[in-house]
Amino acid sequence: MQTTGTNEAGLIARILAGEKELFHDLIRPYERMVYLTLFSIIKNETDAEDGAQEAIINAYRHLASFRGDAKFSTWLTTIAINEGRKRLRKAKGAAEDSIEEEKEAHEGDYTPAPLTDWREIPLEALERKELREALRIAVMELPDIYRQVFTLRDLEELNIEETAQALGINPGAVKVRLHRARMMLQKRLVPFLKTTAPARQGFFGRAL
Amino acid sequence: MKLDCKHVWEHISEYIDNTVDAKLRREIELHLEHCEICSAILDSTRNILILTGDGRTFELPVGYSKRLHERLKEEMERSEPEPPVGKPK
Repeated sequence: MQTTGTNEAGLIARILAGEKELFHDLIRPYERMVYLTLFSIIKNETDAEDGAQEAIINAYRHLASFRGDAKFSTWLTTIAINEGRKRLRKAKGAAEDSIEEEKEAHEGDYTPAPLTDWREIPLEALERKELREALRIAVMELPDIYRQVFTLRDLEELNIEETAQALGINPGAVKVRLHRARMMLQKRLVPFLKTTAPARQGFFGRAL
Repeated sequence: MKLDCKHVWEHISEYIDNTVDAKLRREIELHLEHCEICSAILDSTRNILILTGDGRTFELPVGYSKRLHERLKEEMERSEPEPPVGKPK
């Protein structure tokens, strides 16, 4: 990790000193992350791609304002989130300004689904295209605040602090939302696993 | 203290992230040793996370990277990054 940071800092200094083409190299490891962040907010491929381009160009233009007190990835994610929110507001109309105010409900069922015949699910089940498709749909259908936290934490692998910083929420809220998101996904996917899995050898490895 | 299933479920996410304290972790593990239902929930949740991390699950639009770098190139031909504040370039 240290190496990545050092290389990045070096690249950024060189870009700012005039070797601007190096920005291509700087951004390459994060292209996917930026797109997925935008997609988690606006849920439309074309708009997410436009937004990702815009966010990355913004990062290029304002690279000098990156201070190095946050990680570059967190800084970039914040730009991507802002771009996504801006687009969402525009799409929903200026009147509706409640996106960032959305809070987690205190009520609600966030308990996981028991699966008693879990030993019958074969490892190959994870290789099924249908299962990946089901997961994609389930993530899309999560309430926005849960999908965004889930995307940053479990898809882009930001840590709790970085996720909190990028979304402008506190770490406690990240943990609550992440837990609920995971439980909702577990619940959504368990029936799918059950109905599509042929009875075969056990597969869930118990890492205790 | 003996944990019931509901308590284990409440902490499953933190357990996976390894952010529960050592005492609670031991209690959860003790519970998991004899509770198949909770073990299955834990394992299925973990597998969903593995699936999420699989690059094939969430794919980028075809040609995304190429279009992005073309657009960046155009932008670079037009402009420089704004110079750092208070520092000569």
